[in-house]
Amino acid sequence: MSEMILTIALGYAQVTLALAGCLVGTRILRGPRAQDRVLALDALYVSIMLLLVVTGMRLGTAFFFEAATVIAIMGFVTSVALAKFLFRGEVIE
Amino acid sequence: MSPLQAVPLAVAIPVALLVVLGSTLTLIGALGFARLSTFYDRLHAPTLATSWGTGGVIIASALMFTVLEGRPVVHEFVIGICIVVTTPVTLMMLARAALQRDRSEGADGLPATGGETPPEDR
Amino acid sequence: MTRLIPHPVLSTTLVVLWLMLTRFSLGYLILGTALSLVAGWAMSALHPSTPHVRRWAVVPRLVLVLFWDIIRSNLAVARLLLTEGRNGRRSAFVQIPLTITDQTALGFLAMILTATPGTAWVEYETDSGILTLHIFDGSEVQHYRDVVGKIYEPMLMEIFE
Repeated sequence: MSEMILTIALGYAQVTLALAGCLVGTRILRGPRAQDRVLALDALYVSIMLLLVVTGMRLGTAFFFEAATVIAIMGFVTSVALAKFLFRGEVIE
Repeated sequence: MSPLQAVPLAVAIPVALLVVLGSTLTLIGALGFARLSTFYDRLHAPTLATSWGTGGVIIASALMFTVLEGRPVVHEFVIGICIVVTTPVTLMMLARAALQRDRSEGADGLPATGGETPPEDR
Repeated sequence: MTRLIPHPVLSTTLVVLWLMLTRFSLGYLILGTALSLVAGWAMSALHPSTPHVRRWAVVPRLVLVLFWDIIRSNLAVARLLLTEGRNGRRSAFVQIPLTITDQTALGFLAMILTATPGTAWVEYETDSGILTLHIFDGSEVQHYRDVVGKIYEPMLMEIFE
């Protein structure tokens, strides 16, 4: 019983989060401006990170967690570097 | 045998609810991304995913692995803290960058540059 | 004491995070403590001024208010996003004069406002103390003016100033 509930809920979450990633991805392609793409990239990182956590729950392993942590941290660093670039036109002053 | 079988029903239901809540909020945020028309509106869409979207999934994961492994598993909260602390920084920097770029192009509907208080405050 | 542990809050947080990432054991506790002390010294070399929390008693109240606010605005923004295009929503820029000047308090205010769906911190002028916010639902401008000016600002002032 509990396996069925969890399989349905986690399967739903996987589909939903993948769909969210696709929707955000269309915004990366459509733009229209650079800041829209950077913002969408940041949101894409969050969706994919959550997808990894949910996949790890479904398979019952904690290994996906490491990947999710790396994505969470790297996503922040890239977004900040890109935002800085948009602001000034150079990353290191 | 699937490891999910070992989860008792009393834990499975809250875990399922939290996961569904978190992923639905993330989807709504992403939907906003696709539908909203201006950059400043879209700035609000990812906060849904990063507040309760992340929160729901992270709490559910911690709850499930705590029960599965029979010891407190809290490392998921590190991700949660990372996301909650870092997203505002990204959004603030992007907002400032966008404002500066829009101002340099002379776009309409932007707030006045500081130094002067808007009339309704005086 | 202050020379050995220049940033007690930062160091404690780092030890807790270290223990959360690994399993709890004496070895990890010692290693984490050593690392957090080094991080504290590095931090004081980079950023000499130490923020002082004056009244810890207000912190739980702030967390509770914030928690409730995030739930409420999550629901509000989700509802607005689902009915987008039919509800006549207009977003607005709001300029709010702030009285707090403490850097840490301003940092926390920025985090709070940006993390809450519905408000985004756009700009802050250091000389005039005017904060520009972008508000998703333009009809709630007065509500957010009150939230910033009457709830968060006094609380942060009590904590940090």
